[in-house]
Amino acid sequence: MPMEEPLFRLPLSLLLFLSLFLLPTCFSSSTRDLHILNAERRIDLTSHIIKVYLTLKVENSGTSPASEVHLAFSPAEAEHLAIVKAAATSGKRKKMTYTPLDVKSAELPDGPNGTKFFTVTLLTPLNKGETTTLEVLYILTHSLEPFPVEISQSESQLVYYRDSAILLSPYHVKQQTTFIKTPSTRVESFTVVDPAKRAGTELKYGPYEDQPPYSYSPVLVHFENNNPFAVVEELEREIEISHWGNVQVTERYRLAHAGARHKGAFSRVEYQTRPDATGASSFKHLLARLPPRVHSVYYRDDIGNVSTSNLRTDYRKSELEFQPRYPLFGGWKSTFVIGYGLPLQDFLFESPDGRRYLNFTFGCPLTQTVVDKLILKVVLPEGSKDPTAVVPFQVEQHLEVKYSYLDVVGRTVVVLEKRNVVPEHNVPFQVYYTFNPIFMLAEPLMLSLAFFLFFVASVSYLHVDLSIRK
Amino acid sequence: MAASDAHKGDVSMRNAFGSVLAFLILLLIGVLAFSIRLFSVIKYESVIHEFDPYFNYRVTQFLTKNGIYDFWNWFDDRTWYPLGRVIGGTVYPGLTLTAGTLYWLLNSLNIPLSVETVCVFTAPIFSAFASWATYLLTKEVKGVGAGLTAAALLAMVPSYISRSVAGSYDNEAVAIFALIFTFYLYLKTLNTGSLFYATLNSLSYFYMVCSWGGYTFIINLIPMHVLLCIVTGRYSSRLYIAYAPLVVLGTLLAALVPVVGFNAVMTSEHFASFLVFIIIHVVALVYYIKGILSPKMFKVALALVVSVGLAVCFAMVAVLIALVASSPTKGWSGRSLSLLDPTYASKYIPIIASVSEHQPPTWPSYFMDINVLAFLIPAGIIACFSPLSDASSFVVLYIVLSVYFSGVMVRLMLVLAPAACILSGIALSQAFDVFTRSIKFQLPSLSDHSHIDAGDASSENVVLDDTIKTDKSEDTPKERTTKRSKKKEKEPVEKPPSKSQLKKRLSVLPFEASIVAVFLLVLLVAFYVVHCVWAAAEAYSAPSIVLTSHSNDGLHVFDDFREAYAWLSHNTDVDDKVASWWDYGYQTTAMANRTVIVDNNTWNNTHIATVGTAMSSPEKAAWEIFHSLDVKYVLVVFGGLVGYPSDDINKFLWMVRIGGGVFPHIKEPDYLRDDGKAFDRVRRTEIGKKYFKLTHFEEVFTTHHWMVRIYKLKPPKNRIRGKNKRSKSKTSSTTTSKRKGTRRNPF
Repeated sequence: MPMEEPLFRLPLSLLLFLSLFLLPTCFSSSTRDLHILNAERRIDLTSHIIKVYLTLKVENSGTSPASEVHLAFSPAEAEHLAIVKAAATSGKRKKMTYTPLDVKSAELPDGPNGTKFFTVTLLTPLNKGETTTLEVLYILTHSLEPFPVEISQSESQLVYYRDSAILLSPYHVKQQTTFIKTPSTRVESFTVVDPAKRAGTELKYGPYEDQPPYSYSPVLVHFENNNPFAVVEELEREIEISHWGNVQVTERYRLAHAGARHKGAFSRVEYQTRPDATGASSFKHLLARLPPRVHSVYYRDDIGNVSTSNLRTDYRKSELEFQPRYPLFGGWKSTFVIGYGLPLQDFLFESPDGRRYLNFTFGCPLTQTVVDKLILKVVLPEGSKDPTAVVPFQVEQHLEVKYSYLDVVGRTVVVLEKRNVVPEHNVPFQVYYTFNPIFMLAEPLMLSLAFFLFFVASVSYLHVDLSIRK
Repeated sequence: MAASDAHKGDVSMRNAFGSVLAFLILLLIGVLAFSIRLFSVIKYESVIHEFDPYFNYRVTQFLTKNGIYDFWNWFDDRTWYPLGRVIGGTVYPGLTLTAGTLYWLLNSLNIPLSVETVCVFTAPIFSAFASWATYLLTKEVKGVGAGLTAAALLAMVPSYISRSVAGSYDNEAVAIFALIFTFYLYLKTLNTGSLFYATLNSLSYFYMVCSWGGYTFIINLIPMHVLLCIVTGRYSSRLYIAYAPLVVLGTLLAALVPVVGFNAVMTSEHFASFLVFIIIHVVALVYYIKGILSPKMFKVALALVVSVGLAVCFAMVAVLIALVASSPTKGWSGRSLSLLDPTYASKYIPIIASVSEHQPPTWPSYFMDINVLAFLIPAGIIACFSPLSDASSFVVLYIVLSVYFSGVMVRLMLVLAPAACILSGIALSQAFDVFTRSIKFQLPSLSDHSHIDAGDASSENVVLDDTIKTDKSEDTPKERTTKRSKKKEKEPVEKPPSKSQLKKRLSVLPFEASIVAVFLLVLLVAFYVVHCVWAAAEAYSAPSIVLTSHSNDGLHVFDDFREAYAWLSHNTDVDDKVASWWDYGYQTTAMANRTVIVDNNTWNNTHIATVGTAMSSPEKAAWEIFHSLDVKYVLVVFGGLVGYPSDDINKFLWMVRIGGGVFPHIKEPDYLRDDGKAFDRVRRTEIGKKYFKLTHFEEVFTTHHWMVRIYKLKPPKNRIRGKNKRSKSKTSSTTTSKRKGTRRNPF
């Protein structure tokens, strides 16, 4: 396995967001039995995608074995929650290994108003007196609130982050600490909940001892964050499969800068002569990671090509670095289309039962962006039947029909929709379908027939005398 | 008997072969015409060019989205705010309907091309059609060989390429095809006397009327030719059939086009055709009476008819004059008047005069646009006189008139181009005909055939032409295509000796002279081809919304216009009004989808003058004018940083003139003082005002190379503060708001 992200790398870690009420909670009693010995929370605020790493040391103090651990989120968090992953750790320090765990959303009867729960299913039930360590990662989007709401070109962007100094949990927490990492040392203010201190780019809350279940202590951090708040409001990816050897991908973006809104004049002079001091929160470069062996890449918008892009390819990946037509300041928007072709054999396979399946990456190729609404369309070749999509998390699905070059019956389109997509959703998914290769010949035959008929008609016209006069 | 059968079979075989070959060559000419226009797509991108094409593109989008009925009733409220514009009644719908039909056809076959793609490639497709129409037309005049030559010449004539490269989605692109095709059908009717072709001719004329205001050229040229034929004693029933249905049907059909409507009978551009219509009937009557009466009776009748006829004519003329005099412009539109009197526009209509394509051309532009054809035309005229037929006299008249018109307006060079191609094609084809025949006749190895050919040649016209052409193409099919284009200067020079060397009934030139002449002609044609390819690739392919420049460190792309339009379309409210000089109106509505105050249609001079006045007023006054028009953003173009010459300062004097034409307080001399010290890189002069601050406008966007700058009108201030500011701004800014904007010094 490559080393990029050893933590949550395995494909099995992906069964999230399964249906809400699938299991009416069976172990509600376990909330009484379990308690958390030690909780450490690291909140990374360096970009607009907030990552929270939570390490929980759980002990079963009850009598019956517990196989589930619950995580609690406040309503505000739950609304912006993009993904929750959990893993069990074993081993010490260097040789630590991570085993991904199943995470499901759940309902608990005794939670305070609006609290949302997720259930982590342990690999082996926790017996009385045993402890286990869980690593949880959850990602929040749209949780940094710019303040001031409007800034001028020369100001830098300040944002609020709201959270609780104390971990919201259905369990008793013996000891806990929260670390908040800010992008720069400029922190305007933060709520002090003793003991709390700030050192460099890190805020430390805690350690707090012996907090009862559902303790909450709101904190507000006001700090500088000039990272690009690039949000794709809507992304439509169309993946068109041609059995003649090509997969054509068309991605339509509607991009916005979701940071503090730009106020007043935009001076290009300032922007060009003092790039450090002005437009600190604006951005003009974007990076898309495309699959290797990509070809025929284009980048355009409604009114033609956009001329500022740069494609680097090697055998492992392709990187498209591009600029929107204009730099994006807070509140500015832009739309564009990126399209590329890929060799079919890299993505289309035949499953043992004779069906074909497309194996492609879900999510958005842009780095460091949030996608509010992702619409993924897989256009199967004409004549395909029985499409089924296998996606490791919950998405909305439906079918459409699209008519493309010389189609008669139309192509089946599998449409997958998901909201609030972050780079962690870039995992493979599959679309299975059956296809008879004879359909590949339909269009060439149709064309040949049309030309043949045309020539027959011409010949017969030239040999038939239709004139009335003799 | 058997021998003559064999001979006949041989000839018909060769005819069949020749027509297949001609078909193939025509196909290749079509491909050539299409592909030579793709340089713009290959060098730049598949995008709509310039200004007017953007309007046509927008109209086509509307048509494909909303259908034909909504299109006719379309009242466009996104332009000429607050007046709006009735698009359905003020555009020539031919181009739009053509592209819309193409789009509909393709999409009903499930070929999902976008409207933009269809629009981009409409012009190249129609230039292929135009070259085929040229073939047909020239064939009617001088046979297949001349037709093929003319078609090949037209396929790549730079003048036409300049208006029909891929992306140049303008009326002219389809109108030139319609023009040539109408002329072809007229000549075809004239040659055959078939009512079928006469009807087709009217329909083709209808298509032309739909497509371009230049249809008045047709409706004046054809009557003039008819008159010429009558005067030179060439009246025939074929002429009558060619002309009378055209006037009746054509005028009725033309009146169906909303933009023409009653103009088809009310304006002076059309009166010539009605006058000739009367004359031809009088003449027809005379001929008819002459036919049924004995010569003596005829003389009596003639005296009677002439006196009655004259009286009727005078009455008609009087009515016409009364009609003409009653209309304010004497029935002539401004553009037509400036055609008849080249100084008219610059005297009275600055808007027409301000457009560069309405200026008279310079000699280099003739060489650039029709190249060697300019020298081949005289030879072609001479060839048309030997012998002079109805058709060839038409071609001569066509060239003479179009040369005059092209001398008045650069734009009409486009009408000259087909005529030049036809005549050069005739000249080249005739010259090659003479030379190759001379060569073949003197080749000993071919003496057998040459007897046959000589026989054929001495017999007559079209069939002969065919066979000879076929022979030539058999010899060197490849060379022939290039050869075909050129043959002119030599001919007049070589002709006198050929007369002296008559052998039997054949004019034969010396063998060596013929070889050299053919070689020189091929060279001339090669030069033409090289020039055309160069012109297509380098001169006429730039889309003008994207600019490029080559420097030491590579290619620079200046995509500022689209940057600004994209910014406008995504970051302003959908109902905001944007003011700019009228050149950018079409692009702003099409690309940014924002309401504009004036656009390239220029139908309302006062409105344009208002914007011109605002542009040339002090800041406060400009703010008030713009505010009264509900304008939120002002878009100005500034080339001073990167050296883009045709920016708003370049056009500034026109703004002053047009503004001053309606609002007399704007006086041109006020803007001609020179009192400044900052440097403008385009004009290599210092700018007048530096270090000023804008009070009533604020810069909200400037593109990467500063070429487009967008200013926002600040909301009105509180009274007391406003008063202070106002007095300050009055003193600090005497030049225009626009100048201030663009000349704001960064350093």
